Amino acid sequence: MAPKPNEYGPPRRHLEDPPWVRRSLIAAALLVLTLLIVVPMASVFYQALRPGLSDYWGHLVGDRETRHAILLTLFVAPLAVLANVVFGVAAAWAVARYRFPGRTLLVTLIDLPFSVSPVVAGLLFVLLFGRNGYFGPALEEWGIRVLFTVPGLILVTTFVTLPFVARELIPLLESLGPEEELAAVSLGASGWQMFRLVTLPNIQWGLLYGVILANTRAMGEFGAVYVVSGKIAGATDTMPLRVEKLMMEYDSPAAFAVASLLTLLAATTLLLKALVERKMKQQLTDAPG
Amino acid sequence: MTSANRHVLPGLRLSLSVTGLYLLLLVIIPLAACVIRAVQLSPAEFVAAALTRRALAAVALTFGASFVAAFVDVALGLLVAWVLVRYDFPMRKFADALVDLPFALPTAVAGLVYASLYSDGGWIGQWLTPLGFHVAYTRLGIVVVLVFLGLPFVVRTVQPVLEGFDAEVEEAAASLGATRWQTFRAVLLPQLTPALLTGFALALARALGEYGSVIFISGNMPFRTEIASKLIVEQLEQFNEGGATAIAVVLLGASFIMLGVVNWLERRRAYYGA
Repeated sequence: MAPKPNEYGPPRRHLEDPPWVRRSLIAAALLVLTLLIVVPMASVFYQALRPGLSDYWGHLVGDRETRHAILLTLFVAPLAVLANVVFGVAAAWAVARYRFPGRTLLVTLIDLPFSVSPVVAGLLFVLLFGRNGYFGPALEEWGIRVLFTVPGLILVTTFVTLPFVARELIPLLESLGPEEELAAVSLGASGWQMFRLVTLPNIQWGLLYGVILANTRAMGEFGAVYVVSGKIAGATDTMPLRVEKLMMEYDSPAAFAVASLLTLLAATTLLLKALVERKMKQQLTDAPG
Repeated sequence: MTSANRHVLPGLRLSLSVTGLYLLLLVIIPLAACVIRAVQLSPAEFVAAALTRRALAAVALTFGASFVAAFVDVALGLLVAWVLVRYDFPMRKFADALVDLPFALPTAVAGLVYASLYSDGGWIGQWLTPLGFHVAYTRLGIVVVLVFLGLPFVVRTVQPVLEGFDAEVEEAAASLGATRWQTFRAVLLPQLTPALLTGFALALARALGEYGSVIFISGNMPFRTEIASKLIVEQLEQFNEGGATAIAVVLLGASFIMLGVVNWLERRRAYYGA
């Protein structure tokens, strides 16, 4: 059988790989995916649940510092993502709808945080806000601390997730074209009306897609947050940092309990991503013209 | 569209000022701080932090492990992409979705679970230890976890290219008497090379900057399993921002050179190819 008869037409024997090749390649690929991805996932849940459900629950909710870490992650990530949504929409509008000098530079700057490694991202903010930093001592006199505080975590998380939303929206807006918006404006819509009634419905799934990607990275970020957090238990420990600390304390069941929560988050992300991808395809095929 | 937009569509000034201000505060100023700090480094300071034997060993390990991992990713990624695009089998959609997991999984979790799987008594380690392979807390462990992280980059860059292939080209090769293997080697592989190189570069870039997963599995022994990012963190923990910057500069410089070479190879292929 040809792999996808509808795409390749009727079976053409000379285009097919012999069955033994096909079978061994499928087996090899599945082995790779099993060893690299399935077994580790199964292991996370096995090790987290091995002590029993009540212990599992206790590891997550009973431990004051773990509880704090979970809440902190649920506080920091949405704020960082929200900031990047506002930025992403504005940047995409400017870049996709207008041509102006410095536009290419702007796009490069938007992409830059992706090529800065997590630890170096943390370093950037230490150089600014550390006690030997450029702004740190001055801010200290005003009683403001950024490093080793929650605002510092939000700042660095915002930095590492900065490109996600904008990168999703720029090509989307470009492919949609300005015609509908021009029509709305020429019919007398205000800027806000045009955005709310025309642009936003058109970009909603792309926006959601960007939010999902940014949120996943924000909740899972380790290196950058590690550097600026100071890892103060019960204060600036996020979930991934808590995993590391529990591991260092050789409390592996508790570490796996927190890790299982993060894994569930990753799995949910993949599911949501698949759903949104389908919606985006639908919108593309439903679109008139 | 452009000049018309400027006059008709509202919001240029608002969107551009939000974008500009945001980038200034979050990207330009922090990066400028790093550049200024790097320029201010005295040669002695630079040598003391970045050119010690320990730092050089860490940088060499970071590059060596990342390079090997990206190479393995190219082979495994091509296999997985080929099977996902060309063959139909039960749970193909599920297997396809699994490929994205390393993108979504927090690196701390990857490090934690890989370290436990490959420790001597772990699910996988218990089979490898009798054979004389120690993975956790060795350089091999670093490579293994980096392979995991880089796999989706190769699969996702190769997949669309494979899907776009014209059946006619293969048919022509077959009608001219080529075997399947010859067709793959002489017709398909050359067309896949740019995508493979891109996947390689992406996996490599990811591996070079990786921190979270590696510190779990490597054991962080100086000279042996300590990566450059770990050394940067250590300098920062001693409040030696200058030293941290110096190592970061070496790491960044070497990354740029390496990615520059890959880019150059890509362009050379595009120029001479087909």
